Amino acid sequence: MLNIIWPIFIIISVIYALIAGNIQHVSNEIFDSATSAVELTLTFFGTICLWNGLMEIAKNTSLINKLTKSLKPFVHFLFPELKNNKQAQEEISMNMVANLLGLGNAATPLGLKAMQTMQKENSEKETLTNSIAMFIVINTASMQLIPTNVIAIRSSLGSQEPSNIILQVWIATVIAATVGIISTKILMKRF
Amino acid sequence: MQIINFISATAIPMIIIIIIIYGIKEKKKVFDIFLKGAKDGIEIVINLFPTLLGIFLAVGLLRASGVLDFIIKIISPITNILKIPSQILPLAMLRPISGSASMGVAVDIMKQYGTDSIIGKITSTIMGSTETTFYTIAIYTACIKVKKIRFVLVAALLADLAGMISSVVICQLMS
Repeated sequence: MLNIIWPIFIIISVIYALIAGNIQHVSNEIFDSATSAVELTLTFFGTICLWNGLMEIAKNTSLINKLTKSLKPFVHFLFPELKNNKQAQEEISMNMVANLLGLGNAATPLGLKAMQTMQKENSEKETLTNSIAMFIVINTASMQLIPTNVIAIRSSLGSQEPSNIILQVWIATVIAATVGIISTKILMKRF
Repeated sequence: MQIINFISATAIPMIIIIIIIYGIKEKKKVFDIFLKGAKDGIEIVINLFPTLLGIFLAVGLLRASGVLDFIIKIISPITNILKIPSQILPLAMLRPISGSASMGVAVDIMKQYGTDSIIGKITSTIMGSTETTFYTIAIYTACIKVKKIRFVLVAALLADLAGMISSVVICQLMS
């Protein structure tokens, strides 16, 4: 995707700037953008390492297991067809917990594993089952407890209250996920 | 208002304390484990840098050349009716397509309008509550080689749209 978007952005910008007479701004921006990228990376450097360290502790305790178990009723509601597929249920719960805790790097491999487990029971291999569709939609909804990256960016840009968006993010996430789940439940009956 | 600030401010310290208490209770060497995890984080950041560099160039040029302002100007009549700040539109359009590109746009918006302004808060909330939908669908469907994804894209984009609209409404209500 970016192999198409990236060059288009750059080419359009330069041509537009030539016509609009902004080429000096564009020229300056080339070097400013490189500096900004370094600044943001440095910001992430601290936050990502810190969060990764804390989550490593969480991974080593029974906390993850407890959270996974507490998701059971939720998983039963979302994936009624997987009632007898304990392995799929467990992988789905673990993927959800990893997403909630912001362990993006752990969530994806767990998610892919769950996909393969569910695919085994799929009789039409080229079409998604209801459960797989639901699982993908849930993964496209960002169910993260603490939006660490956003808070890090806010902090680096001089925000007075970098974390003062958490509640807003929670509400918006829940609304988005609910809409995703409801539309999946409705659409799976018709398409 | 104060309760909202309090919840937001308490969430992170509470999570950290719970994790550490669990670690101690189960007799783990919490600091050693922390160091190992933090070290793994270095690799993540180093892998992130080239992408950010490329994206910041593209998004920076879009803004410096005036293309972004031009797009905003064209769409603003529609957004004015819906009471959506037109400045966040480039973000809304890029968010489902590319995580790094939308992050570049988000930083750009917050630099220009301030992190604690309404526009800055809406931007943060959108970034925190939505995902890179197209990318997620692509990797998840590719791994099991399905061809018919049925309604998944529609449902996922509906969720994104709901997330974005509620971000705008919530931030305006809470300010």
